[in-house]
Amino acid sequence: MENKKTILDIHNFSVSFEQYGSGFKKTTLPVIHNLDITVHQGEMVAIVGSSGSGKSLLAHGILGIQPYNATLGGEIIYNGEVLTEERKKALRGSEIVLVPQGTSYLDPLMKVGPQVLKGKNDKKLKERLDKIFKGYNLRDNVYNLYPFELSGGMNRRIMVSTAMMAQPKLVVADEPTPGLHMEMAKKVMSHFRELADNGAGVLVITHDLEQAIEVADRIVVFYAGTTLEDADVKDFEKEETLRHPYTKALWRAMPKNGFKFIDGIQPYVKAMPEGCVFGPRCPHFTEECKCAIPYKNVKDGRVRCIKAEEN
Amino acid sequence: MILLIIAVSVASFVLISVSPIDPLQANIGQAALGSMSAEQIEKLQAYWGVGTPAYQRFFSWAADFFRGDMGISLLYRQPVADVIKVKLANSLYLMTIAWLISGIIGFIMGIIAGINKGRFIDKAIKGYSLLIASTPAFWLALVLLMVFAVWLQILPIGLSVPIGVEASGVTFADKIQHAILPAVTLSITGISNITLHTREKMIEIMESDYVLFSRARGESTYNIIKNHGIRNVMLPAITLQFGSISEIFGGSVLVEQIFSYPGLGQAAVTAGLGSDVPLLLGITVISAVFVFGGNLIANILYGIIDPRIRRGGKLS
Repeated sequence: MENKKTILDIHNFSVSFEQYGSGFKKTTLPVIHNLDITVHQGEMVAIVGSSGSGKSLLAHGILGIQPYNATLGGEIIYNGEVLTEERKKALRGSEIVLVPQGTSYLDPLMKVGPQVLKGKNDKKLKERLDKIFKGYNLRDNVYNLYPFELSGGMNRRIMVSTAMMAQPKLVVADEPTPGLHMEMAKKVMSHFRELADNGAGVLVITHDLEQAIEVADRIVVFYAGTTLEDADVKDFEKEETLRHPYTKALWRAMPKNGFKFIDGIQPYVKAMPEGCVFGPRCPHFTEECKCAIPYKNVKDGRVRCIKAEEN
Repeated sequence: MILLIIAVSVASFVLISVSPIDPLQANIGQAALGSMSAEQIEKLQAYWGVGTPAYQRFFSWAADFFRGDMGISLLYRQPVADVIKVKLANSLYLMTIAWLISGIIGFIMGIIAGINKGRFIDKAIKGYSLLIASTPAFWLALVLLMVFAVWLQILPIGLSVPIGVEASGVTFADKIQHAILPAVTLSITGISNITLHTREKMIEIMESDYVLFSRARGESTYNIIKNHGIRNVMLPAITLQFGSISEIFGGSVLVEQIFSYPGLGQAAVTAGLGSDVPLLLGITVISAVFVFGGNLIANILYGIIDPRIRRGGKLS
């Protein structure tokens, strides 16, 4: 993995919204801040975080389809070059693809076949699509059906097909599995695994840690709009190999590891704690943590905790 | 639909029954009535069925109506059916033109505004629509009349054909020329409603997840509109378009009055003011048929166009 080329390098990324509060006071809401992620060729990275932590926004930010009132900060390097808004526009749909969250991302009034082909009537493209559909166990007649005539699982496979059509170098999958039963979810995830094995960089955004551990190469833990830890999937075998107290808490919350939860809730964007975002819930929190916490390298991974030690 | 029409005819019949219209007065006139003897009045009362209960009168009217006999218009001294036929022909092409123009222009303007939400073109279209929507149709008609007929004198001031020309001498161009102002008035007032609704719907579509996804897949704005925009805005537009028939009908009453255009709207006003009950009832029912018919067509078209309705039933 180490010698593979870096396809996506997100550094100090932020997404913020300007909001008008009471009395025309303009406030800036940094929904995502200090976010760092790298994805290599042929690698599947899972971003794991709970709902409402701004994960979808990250996906949309990479594609350049964030809401018009959002401001992006930091740096995204794609394939060795800075990914500007113009470059996003040029590359999205061809080199960089998004697999969206739910069926609402398909036009309800357009047959899925033409929809995957973007309305183009091209014989060669259609043949390719037929092959992809076949690979995903979708019958031939699916081409002429509407999204409402397909099951949730089939619609997800249709959306994965849109990614396959493009032969992408980078796949961003935004919560591709909720609402699917275990079997189906595993199957959908395996499609992404295939994409990664075929050489694409895959970034899967999910809230399902267990599932992520099963298929991904690396796990990035996302909390309150920032990345707290970047760990190899192997590190999740034992609690001791993990670096951040939040990751450890997540680990302990997994059913097979005791199902133990920690108190408190994720801080709201408007009421971010001083210093470490996890501070108020952290058992090891001290005065020293009330400062800007660097993202430092610890044991082949990265962690945003000043207490994490190399040992 | 049939039930609705029955309901409309019952309602209008009840309203007319309780209104202080006296058939004798309406037909013979106050002065003549005063000079008549009591026997004469009694005879006439019996002829017009003054003493008969309302429900009996309704059933005899409805039974005749069902057979195609709508009665004799008191003012025109002709069968109601004939009067309506002539007036409807006049009105219908006026209303059809207005309906098509307002529908097509409103639809296009709504889409343009919706796509460019917040930009200058959107603000201009929205401003125009709001302005027109709050302008009374009759006032607009008067303004147009003043500008084009009085000041510029390029269009006739009223009526559907030139004055003092024999019916055989009226050319098609004459008819068109006379229909321009009323049709334009009706169109202009109709456009704003359709534009505003289409715009609203278009904005909703442009903010939808599937448009976002199309954008993420690198589709151009033009492609998005072609593939998803028009497809999705079509359904509400059709409902709106056929629903707007009632508005065009309502608007035509005022507009025809102002342009002295001898159409159904004007006939309705005349019938109402002149206590011409058979004509008024006839017009009410025929208008109801058109309005309900429009809604019915919209419903049927929905089933044909929307695959969720068309194919939803088959898959179970």
